[in-house]
Amino acid sequence: MDINDVRGLGTIFALIAFIGIIAWAYSSSRKSRFDDDADMIFKDETIAQRSAKAEQER
Amino acid sequence: MSTASEQPNYNYKVVKYFAIMTVVWGIVGMSVGVLIASQLVWPELNFDTPYLTFSRLRPLHTNAVIFAFGGCALFATSYYVVQRTCQTRIFSDSLAMFTFWGWQAMIVAAAITLPLGLTSSKEYAELEWPIDIWITVVWVAYAIVFFGTIAKRSQPHIYVANWFFGAFILTIAVLHIFNSLAIPVTMFKSYSIYAGTIDAMVQWWYGHNAVGFFLTAGFLGIMYYFVPKQAERPVYSYRLSIVHFWALISIYVWAGAHHLHYSALPDWAQSAGMVMSLILLAPSWGGMINGMMTLSGAWHKLRTDPILRFLVVSLSFYGMSTFEGPMMAIKTVNALSHNTDWTVGHVHSGALGWVAMVSIGAIYNLLPVVLGKKQGDMYSTNLINIHFWLATIGTVLYIVAMWVNGIMQGLMWRAVNTDGTLTYSFVESLEASYPGYFVRVIGGALFLAGMLLMAYNVYKTVRSASDEQANLAQA
Repeated sequence: MDINDVRGLGTIFALIAFIGIIAWAYSSSRKSRFDDDADMIFKDETIAQRSAKAEQER
Repeated sequence: MSTASEQPNYNYKVVKYFAIMTVVWGIVGMSVGVLIASQLVWPELNFDTPYLTFSRLRPLHTNAVIFAFGGCALFATSYYVVQRTCQTRIFSDSLAMFTFWGWQAMIVAAAITLPLGLTSSKEYAELEWPIDIWITVVWVAYAIVFFGTIAKRSQPHIYVANWFFGAFILTIAVLHIFNSLAIPVTMFKSYSIYAGTIDAMVQWWYGHNAVGFFLTAGFLGIMYYFVPKQAERPVYSYRLSIVHFWALISIYVWAGAHHLHYSALPDWAQSAGMVMSLILLAPSWGGMINGMMTLSGAWHKLRTDPILRFLVVSLSFYGMSTFEGPMMAIKTVNALSHNTDWTVGHVHSGALGWVAMVSIGAIYNLLPVVLGKKQGDMYSTNLINIHFWLATIGTVLYIVAMWVNGIMQGLMWRAVNTDGTLTYSFVESLEASYPGYFVRVIGGALFLAGMLLMAYNVYKTVRSASDEQANLAQA
């Protein structure tokens, strides 16, 4: 087994990792979780307003 | 406010400082750009002084727009986004402030040393070794502030924008350190520890990933927060964003060799760089489509919201330049485009159309928030609209002029007579390029004019916010 076999295995490993990531991200059991994660940018308005108020009062 | 201090709030001060300096350095960097573009039409504009020659001002332009303008935009948005999505205050107020002053000091040092001709002559890494060490110090502080904030987050999930920002911060640290390894001989002169072709390959491993991580991953972080935020709807597919992230960061690092086509670099390395560049089209367009489709069902907002228009048009330019890039990396296409103005046009379709426009949109969104107003509530929406059109028309003029010039130069340089001699001398191709150079000056000047409008709009917005504060204090 020389260095080129290791390189070949590296490519196969990258392919498996890529397919694994897709399977993980698109599995139906994680759908609702990712929908919630996508919404998190809208969930901090109270802190944002409080920070803005603190900024004005400084 | 003893009750407020017990609940988390955000550090908006450092975001505000970086946001304002984004506009300032944008104007400085783009002014130098317009000056050197004018020098290519009217060479006497170097005023016969060494400090104003094209060769010294060109690195000043690239450093100012990439690291000063783009850098400040990335600091401002990453500090803002990491706090808001982790729902916690920044890790250390004083260390964050240190990164602000440290980064400004680096920019001033660059603005002094580059016109003096002090350069390591590595493209996009021209700064000499004392400044390189200083950048490393500031960058480590940046990483501590950013990842420290992630570590103290109150939310279990790390939002996708932070993954992109995190990859950008880590990778830039590695690239900067390894490409800048040099042996100092005096206070202002050093020599790279790499030699010959290896030096070239390390340089373009750095150079292309400066594009891939500084100018792409970081700004994709901006895209994943500000496009959904300004459109007021979640990103089109969060799952696609995960695949997008891992695919993009794992492929980008292999593409740098396409900068060295037809050089002394071994053929296999050139071909590997070309193939990886072609594969890169997939994650690039995956991300672009993800951003664009966020607007599905809300396209009507583009009619009334020029900030959203900035963000969405930046994605169109991103899609265009990430199609153009892989195409130019094909060796047969590169045989035509190499060393021509086509390359310059390609860079600016990314730099003006994507990087600058997405940054401008994000600053217009966040600046009112950090001043205590609603998002996007700038002094004048009308001025944003005019800015949008100046920026778009300016970019289009610039890149079309460079396409025409580049293809013409490539064709003229390769044209041969039946007896095998060259049809055109180099100077003939230069003379033929003058009209394109003139159009480029106009395009760049329009883009710069838009930035001046932005500065006025920002000034009035900051003023009105402080007037409101004064009124509050009187009441």
